[in-house]
Amino acid sequence: MTVVVPPPAATVDAVARNRVRRAGRRRAVITVLAVLVVVAFAASLMIGRTFYPPGDVVRVVLGQEVQGATFTVGRLRLPRAVLAVVAGLSFGLAGVTFQTMLRNALASPDVIGVTSGAGAAAAFAIVFLGWSGTAVSVTAIVAALAVALLMYALAFTDGVVGTRLILIGIGIAAMARSITSWVLSEAGAWDFAEALRWLTGSLNGSTWEATVPALVALVVLAPVLLVLTRQLGALQLGDDTASALGIRVDRTRVVAIVAAVGLLAFATAACGPIAFVSFLAGPIAARIVGPNGSLLIPAALVGALLVLLADLVGQFALGTRFPVGVVTGVLGAPYLIYLIVRTNRAGGSL
Amino acid sequence: MTLAPSPSPTPGAAVAQRLGSVRRPRSVRVLWLLVVLAVLVAVMTTSVAVGSRGVGWSEIVAALGGSSETIGEAAVTKRIPRTVLAVVVGAALGLSGAVMQGVTRNPLADPGVLGINMGASLAVVVGFAWFGLFSATSIVWTAIAGAALAAVFVYAVGSLGRGGATPLKLALAGTATSAALISFLTAVALPRGDIAESIQSWEIGGVGGASFSGLRTVLPFLVVGFAVSLLSARALNSLALGDELAAGLGERVVLARGVAALGSVLLCGAATAVAGPIGFVGLVVPHVCRLLVGVDHRWLLPFTALTGACLLTASDVVGRIVARPSEIDVGIITALIGAPFFIAIVRRQKVREL
Repeated sequence: MTVVVPPPAATVDAVARNRVRRAGRRRAVITVLAVLVVVAFAASLMIGRTFYPPGDVVRVVLGQEVQGATFTVGRLRLPRAVLAVVAGLSFGLAGVTFQTMLRNALASPDVIGVTSGAGAAAAFAIVFLGWSGTAVSVTAIVAALAVALLMYALAFTDGVVGTRLILIGIGIAAMARSITSWVLSEAGAWDFAEALRWLTGSLNGSTWEATVPALVALVVLAPVLLVLTRQLGALQLGDDTASALGIRVDRTRVVAIVAAVGLLAFATAACGPIAFVSFLAGPIAARIVGPNGSLLIPAALVGALLVLLADLVGQFALGTRFPVGVVTGVLGAPYLIYLIVRTNRAGGSL
Repeated sequence: MTLAPSPSPTPGAAVAQRLGSVRRPRSVRVLWLLVVLAVLVAVMTTSVAVGSRGVGWSEIVAALGGSSETIGEAAVTKRIPRTVLAVVVGAALGLSGAVMQGVTRNPLADPGVLGINMGASLAVVVGFAWFGLFSATSIVWTAIAGAALAAVFVYAVGSLGRGGATPLKLALAGTATSAALISFLTAVALPRGDIAESIQSWEIGGVGGASFSGLRTVLPFLVVGFAVSLLSARALNSLALGDELAAGLGERVVLARGVAALGSVLLCGAATAVAGPIGFVGLVVPHVCRLLVGVDHRWLLPFTALTGACLLTASDVVGRIVARPSEIDVGIITALIGAPFFIAIVRRQKVREL
């Protein structure tokens, strides 16, 4: 029989100090990331074929007339940059939600088929039904939810098992991709630019009409996930532990899935399934923040930063203008190796 | 291979039942062999007869005899290489998948799922764009090299960490790798307008552009691949018992595994070089064949080749019929058939085996 000895005051102090320090690091990281996102956003408004100084850009954003800049910045670059931020935040949030829930860094929605499902539906609605705007977004979200629910139903035997869900998702992703390819080849001439948007994601030709629904979805759905922060953290400990902590496991999971899928679908309807952003954002955020609390906000910011930077690189750093999804897709490969090698060294299992 | 049934009643009964379900009497196997051959002849005939243009039997017979005077006969003449290509590629992919599943002892192994076909595809496009490789033979070599690199990479990545190469890790590593490879492929092809035009055929496989000259180029590679793979049957039977037991039976485990993997990579690399990346044939076919003839690789491997040929040819016919007057690439059809099958296999597996 062991007697529980209350820890000495010094230990309590040390733990408390440590906790404060860790919370401080998280705050610092979030602040730095937010500043970087703003800088990258500003840069993507200024840089282009013509460079506009910050003063011009600010005046355009405030609604004043500036020779030349009003059209270039206001009509071309602003929707593109806003969509980059919105899509990045959405993909980052949704990705880290899935990764946390399924307790697997590889289980991001772009690997397991939810994003491809939304992309296939959006492509179908645009090519075959001739729809645009919100109708496309709605089609995408219906399809993505259907995919997520189908996956959940197929994986459900004595409760949902993470590994099975992931593998089923891989199968569904393959189907969705092939449907997208079929839709695109049916569209008559294989329009390469359009095809790339729906296969890898692209911000080319962004308009306010496409951006606004994604923005609204972000404003509505992001708070839902942020409210679930504590529950999602508990789910990471495993279903049994989470239930013991008083979390309603299945309800939390369903709400989180619906919110994350909504974010994904609206973003995908606007700019296609930008490759690997959901996959990369969470682990990168985890690396920067360390084990210091929820990853939702850091991952969202990392996602936005990724999309903004990848789009800048894709547009200007290389000889050819690459769509953003090609850049993020190429980034994903070395990161995958790194992730797996590191997991191996840490002795964890994927 | 001999497995003595255990005399103890409860587990022994289970083992005997399991053996009963995996070993088939010779008569059953021969019967299935005849059935599969008949199906193959039937789908080949259909493949020659059916297309966007309807033709009569007399025209088909005339065209098979070498005549191409009427439009119908000319259409059939164009369908003959296509059919042959579908048969050859299907056989290669089916066999390749069976060997891969045997080598990795993994029910989800498939040249498409593991990203190996996409590796071959990327290598070919890189060869076009950066090294000016346009000769038919160099394309095949490049494709095989790309397939081998992708296979080694995915297997290495998938077998890191605890538990070795579990189906889950292999499938995830393969999916993520092939997504990355597609991005690379696009990035390589995009600045080159001349290649970007034909990029679709390197992202989705099809047998539409078949010609006998293309077939002739890959034929030596395929023949070697078929021979190496089929000769690995006995080794794969030993490997199926587990590495320790196989070593105990006198099998050189690493060598046997390497040789079989080489045969499998040759097959899928060469198949991708002529037809582009086609997934899921190598996944579906071995599972179906195991149900028909059991798990003995000496029967299973030739059977997967025949069944793969049936499946790919039939998928190609379906792709030509359902979307008339246009056609759906066979790679799309196999994914639509194969992915639900993949899901069904996942659902049947016990969780700890994933």
